[in-house]
Amino acid sequence: MANIKLSEDKINIIKEIAKSFGNRAGEVINVLHQVQGKFGYLPAEVQEVVAHELNIPVSRVYGIVSFYSFFTMEPKGEHPIDVCLGTACYVRGAEKVLDAFARELNVQIGKCTADGKFSLNTLRCVGACGLAPVAMIGDKVYGRLTPDQIPGIIAEYK
Amino acid sequence: MINLTIDNKPIQVPEGTTILKAARMNGIDIPTLCHFELDGMNFENKPGGCRVCVVEVKGRRNLAPACATDVMEGMEVLTHSARVINARKTVVELILSDHPNDCLQCEKNGDCELQSLTKRLGIKEIPFKGETSTYRKDSTLSVYRDMDKCVMCRRCETMCNKFQTAGALSGVNRGFQAVVAPAFEQNLGDSSCINCGQCVQVCPVGALTLVDNISDVLKAIADPTKKVVVQTAPAVRVALGEEFGMQPGEIVTGKMAAALRRLGFDQVYDTDWSADLTIMEEGTELLGRLQKALKGEEVKLPMFTSCCPAWVAFYEKNFPDLLEYPSTAKSPQGMFGAVAKNYLAPKLGVKREDLVVVSVMPCLAKKSELAREELGVNGDQDVNISISTRELAHMIRQCNLNLNDMPEEDFDSPLGQSSGAAVIFGSTGGVMEAALRTAYELHTGKTLPRIDFEETRGFQGIKEATIDFDGFPLKIAVAYSLGNARKIMEEVRNGNPNGYHFVEVMACPGGCIGGAGQPYHHGNSNIIRKRMEAIYREDAGKPIRKSHENPEIIAIYDEYYGKPCGHLSHEQLHTHYFDKSDKLEATK
Repeated sequence: MANIKLSEDKINIIKEIAKSFGNRAGEVINVLHQVQGKFGYLPAEVQEVVAHELNIPVSRVYGIVSFYSFFTMEPKGEHPIDVCLGTACYVRGAEKVLDAFARELNVQIGKCTADGKFSLNTLRCVGACGLAPVAMIGDKVYGRLTPDQIPGIIAEYK
Repeated sequence: MINLTIDNKPIQVPEGTTILKAARMNGIDIPTLCHFELDGMNFENKPGGCRVCVVEVKGRRNLAPACATDVMEGMEVLTHSARVINARKTVVELILSDHPNDCLQCEKNGDCELQSLTKRLGIKEIPFKGETSTYRKDSTLSVYRDMDKCVMCRRCETMCNKFQTAGALSGVNRGFQAVVAPAFEQNLGDSSCINCGQCVQVCPVGALTLVDNISDVLKAIADPTKKVVVQTAPAVRVALGEEFGMQPGEIVTGKMAAALRRLGFDQVYDTDWSADLTIMEEGTELLGRLQKALKGEEVKLPMFTSCCPAWVAFYEKNFPDLLEYPSTAKSPQGMFGAVAKNYLAPKLGVKREDLVVVSVMPCLAKKSELAREELGVNGDQDVNISISTRELAHMIRQCNLNLNDMPEEDFDSPLGQSSGAAVIFGSTGGVMEAALRTAYELHTGKTLPRIDFEETRGFQGIKEATIDFDGFPLKIAVAYSLGNARKIMEEVRNGNPNGYHFVEVMACPGGCIGGAGQPYHHGNSNIIRKRMEAIYREDAGKPIRKSHENPEIIAIYDEYYGKPCGHLSHEQLHTHYFDKSDKLEATK
């Protein structure tokens, strides 16, 4: 694995997670789940190490990462923003809220801002439909959002 | 045994049989698209994904995929009820609604399973209109990918991962964006692909095709400043006839030589000749290693054959720690190129750059092999162009010839005569048998008691034997499919517990006869069997059956190379291997 650019620490974290699942190929989803939990995302290098540890082709690991919407190859920002696009939020204007975040931060959905502060993603229902439309920044929930509130909310984190 | 009825016909089949197989065993041919099997060669793809093979099973609410449903006692199956035919047509119409309409210009035109299925089901229009998926085109030197045509049958993925264990292709993304691609959707050439091309051989449509080099050959022939010579591999002559309506296994050596001459090649030579040369070099190398081992010197054993370029690419990428095990002998294609450019060019009175060496191969990996930097001088490759059996057939038709009408002609001399040992290079076990015939006689100084080594023949994925080398028990193994080769390599990595001395590897099903450049067999493994029978028939009919008895081989050593594994042959006929495992990392 001559070309892996990950630090020794990070490689060891992946190795330990893989080991805790017996380095079994069948546990690849669980391993990826935990690794993403540690790093926040699954860049190519990380997938290479996972593939190596479980002795499966990296193409298969990538097949899994690219299939499940839970897995991401994009880093999360310091303050990850998740806008709910579940049915209740959607009919109450979640799309406009999402657009407002994207415009305000000048970032594409699924990506991270250049300074690494914010990342913008969507999700399906956080179980707070009474507050629709809902967004989360980190663990904090914002409800009954309108697009004009967004610049103010972002300012809280700057 | 299980009793059931299919289309009201009572039948009996063993437990565990699928409805599809039960039907086919009884003369009922349920159509399929994704399903693909090479009977007796340990390859089956049955994701049950395309739903073309659906049948009605009495008492079951939904239609059942015949390829993935086992028979049960008392089952009543209908394969062509109105409901089944309707569903089957709808499935194919939906596939066609996201498939380009460029059949006329498609590489697979006339040889496409989706095309023939559409015809068979009588589909005249596509009632579904909607978005169509599109994906960037990608190519290596061997394989061309046009994923717009992909029907997601996953045959290529199964071939790549289960049969070859190359691990280059995987289903990635989801829904409408789903595509079969390498990791991180990098180019195939940057992936762990070894260019065996078997994905092309099994692709039902034109999503994976060969890189067509016919126009390069026509251009060279038309160039008055070039002399163009051609070499043809052993497996081509037992398959080319299929493209002209002949039965599988018909031997067309003489007709092929005649056709090549009429296509305009200046000289028509034979890769079989350089296969004999390969045996001299490889056999001598093996004896050298064995003699050292007997003296207690440290030496790498087992020695692996090195004729198969997909295999070479495979161990360079996956086993960089074992690069000293394979023979350093170039492949027969490579040896022919080296001899042509170094020995033949001066004889023909041309500069090496003005001699164009074309090879006709059953193989797509040969297109990548010839481009290896070490197999050329200052950018002039020893072999300039490689075309497959299918491309040669195209060329013959394009040039208004019919192979059936060709007379029987001989190859040109001095690189045209060959032994039976060279012919069997085209089959799994053949290189081993050819090497044994020569190594035995060179080692013992005695005539072989029997020339046929039955233990190296047949379709078993890994064959093992101990050959009595005049008292020395020579342990050999023969493998086809790189999945089988991987097993042996892992054993060698763990200290070679079986004590092998010599191992032959070919990547393709049944060896080169099942190569990716051969006429499409569409999963009919009997075609590959017939080609194998033909190979051994051709061998048996040859007056000379041992490489070291080929007079043109004896002559070139007398005149030019001196002795096998001598100084000059080391320079020209041997090569070296590189650690290409870094290529596997997408993180360069």
